Amino acid sequence: MSPLLSMRGIDKRFAGTPALTGASLEVAPGEVHALIGQNGAGKSTLIKILTGYHAKDAGEVLFNGRPIAFASPGEAQRAGISTIYQEINLVPYRSVTENICLGRETRRFGLLDWRAMHEEARALLARFGIAIDVRRPVMTYPTAVQQMVAIGRAIGFKARLVVMDEPTSSLDEREVAVLFDVIRGLKETGVSVIFVSHKLDELYAVCDRVTIMRDGRTVRVGAMGEVSRLDLVTTMLGRELERTLHDDARGGPARAGAGAVIEVRGLSAGPRVRDVSFDVREGEIVGLAGLLGAGRTESARVVFGADPMGGGTVRLSGRDGAPASPADAIRAGLGFVSEDRKLEGIVPGLSVRENLTLALMPQLTRAGVVDEGRTRAIVDRFIERLRIKCASPEQPIRELSGGNQQKVLLARWLCMNPRLLILDEPTRGIDVGAKAEILNLVRGLSREGLSVLMISSELEEVVEAAARVFVLRDGRTVAELDGDAVTEPAIMAAMAHGPESAEAGHG
Amino acid sequence: MPSPAPQTVRRLSRHGVVIALLALILFGYLRYDNFLGTFNVLSVLRYNAMFALVSLGMAYVIMTGGIDLSVGSTAALGSVVAALLSPYGLVPGLLGGLAAGLAVGAVNALVITRLNILPFVATLATMLAASGCALLLAGNQSVSVSYETGFIELGQGDLLGFPVPAWIALAAFLAGAIALNLTAWGRTVLAVGGNEEATRLMGLPADRAKASVYLVSGALAGLAGVILAAQFGAGQPIEGVGWELFAIAAVVVGGTLLTGGVGSVGSTLAGVLLLGLIFNILNFENGLGQISLSAYWQSVVRGAFLLLVVVIQARLAGRTEEPA
Repeated sequence: MSPLLSMRGIDKRFAGTPALTGASLEVAPGEVHALIGQNGAGKSTLIKILTGYHAKDAGEVLFNGRPIAFASPGEAQRAGISTIYQEINLVPYRSVTENICLGRETRRFGLLDWRAMHEEARALLARFGIAIDVRRPVMTYPTAVQQMVAIGRAIGFKARLVVMDEPTSSLDEREVAVLFDVIRGLKETGVSVIFVSHKLDELYAVCDRVTIMRDGRTVRVGAMGEVSRLDLVTTMLGRELERTLHDDARGGPARAGAGAVIEVRGLSAGPRVRDVSFDVREGEIVGLAGLLGAGRTESARVVFGADPMGGGTVRLSGRDGAPASPADAIRAGLGFVSEDRKLEGIVPGLSVRENLTLALMPQLTRAGVVDEGRTRAIVDRFIERLRIKCASPEQPIRELSGGNQQKVLLARWLCMNPRLLILDEPTRGIDVGAKAEILNLVRGLSREGLSVLMISSELEEVVEAAARVFVLRDGRTVAELDGDAVTEPAIMAAMAHGPESAEAGHG
Repeated sequence: MPSPAPQTVRRLSRHGVVIALLALILFGYLRYDNFLGTFNVLSVLRYNAMFALVSLGMAYVIMTGGIDLSVGSTAALGSVVAALLSPYGLVPGLLGGLAAGLAVGAVNALVITRLNILPFVATLATMLAASGCALLLAGNQSVSVSYETGFIELGQGDLLGFPVPAWIALAAFLAGAIALNLTAWGRTVLAVGGNEEATRLMGLPADRAKASVYLVSGALAGLAGVILAAQFGAGQPIEGVGWELFAIAAVVVGGTLLTGGVGSVGSTLAGVLLLGLIFNILNFENGLGQISLSAYWQSVVRGAFLLLVVVIQARLAGRTEEPA
């Protein structure tokens, strides 16, 4: 049978940086096709080219045998391609009905037929077993319902191809089961589905074939049944199992008798964190590994007091209970360098000095006046110590390279003298040289007694830096690897299969 | 699940402006002899019709999350063009004013959606430019309208015992309410204001909706200018100063969110009438001789009242927006 969708040789650059290089994707009619890859592998870009949100630089897209190049998501929708985007894209103030029906509204005498539209929205949601007042604004409902509304909208368009970009990230198990029933129903009526997810169980439960992307390229296509979990993970991460290790380079082995700075047992919070346990001892670097959506960042946010805790226990510096707020956590000696520098970290217009001392400001202020002398001393010390490359402390931070921005953020926390520093993807978006430098810096700090919890998707980095690694999968801690057991194959095996086969991986 | 109490509060906040309006009417009725007399009612409606038109256009713009500062000078420009064309008849004058407004609106629409300039900046520029055009066309003075062609009927005439400007405003609001509530265009306007990115990804014509509200706003401001010229017998190049602020105030008092995404045509009308009535009541107070307020003090009182209504509304809204 000829494919419903065929994308070949797709190139796309953003500001000169290639996001896709000769990527391809082929979907047969009535097929549920998994599209997987790490963050930045190019899945979302490929989807947005398909749906007309981005224009491709090169390549060919055939839909239903005809070459297409949609100018807007509206055109793609009319041609029979519906999309559920990763972030829920609804209009929060408007009613459920409007969010489901706008764009293909029912009319009577040229005017909107609200009664018919409400009825249609109710009927669509009833397929998911959801009965709600469809007249109320979408924002009054929980995230899972909103996700279902987005899905309802997509399938309401009677599309021939439905693209689902991580549709299950905010759904619980029961809701996922309902969604899978809907997907199977679509498949029976000949509709194709592109299913993007990081949860391997889901892929095997509902998908027929899989396309794996890495670094903007399509690296493997196969039937779901012929690709093992380990294959999937290794292909996605691009690591060979035979890879050698650098044990000598690994920093801060657990000091004998050193006490735990933090102990987390059976932590749960929201849909993403179900049963997470880990601990970090004094002067130790501990890695938190897992695929995207495994609950690493979410766990760290709870520990830092940024999100409420559902269940479990947290012992921080010998004190029971998770911090009530980030301010509380900082007082307890915690620091958190977040994943998204631009969104949560730097203030682009302010200088290096101001960015560096932002969190310390209250302590540097006497009677409302900032102590300039002390500020300068601290700033100079950290610029030298972390080798931050800047023209002067007064240079706006936006003019610095990503690596140097990250160092300023690191310095911001270090000048607070934390006992435990949480680093979320500390080297994302940083060039190779700066990466090594930052890792060295972290190792040096840990030798001086700082405890570090490092969240990273780069296994190489985790293996190189961490003395112990906890592997998370679907919101659960599935393995703790210690010392020589910390190897890329072992981590990948744990990511793919869970605890039982983790040992087989390094043996 | 929502308890009954927040439901009531939500309804109250939606109809808060209507309740305030009714309270004010009751107050006026009890306090002044001729408050609800035919003459007073009809002159309030006649005078406020042009503000109502400008406010309706502004309401759409604000629903998309934008702002149109140019409405005042657009009305002034419309009044001058209409006055200049009034010797050729009622229809040329009317169409001329409308076209002038549409032209300004078209510039706004293009600059905002094609060049991606912020609405505040884009309409600030057209506000200055339209004002300049009006002064140039009018030769720096007011332009008398022709009294021979029936043009002044648009401002001073009556139809079935009701002022013509009030008929025009009423028709505009009826059509406006239908367009907002019963057409895909209206719902897209609200969707764009609620979440522009999502609207785009849903495949709805976001840019077209944004462009259209500036066209509508311009056209309605032009129409208001036509009525202005007809009512006062002259095109007024320096009128319209501060109209945009009156319109924004009326829209906000009517419960439309300045960030966009939520709004109502009916409440906007109530907001216009509320602000108009405050002015009217202050005139009555002056007439009673109880107080003697200068026009400046009237502005202060209006401002204070506006602040009060907005604060009350924000508090009501704040209570309903907690997650159910």
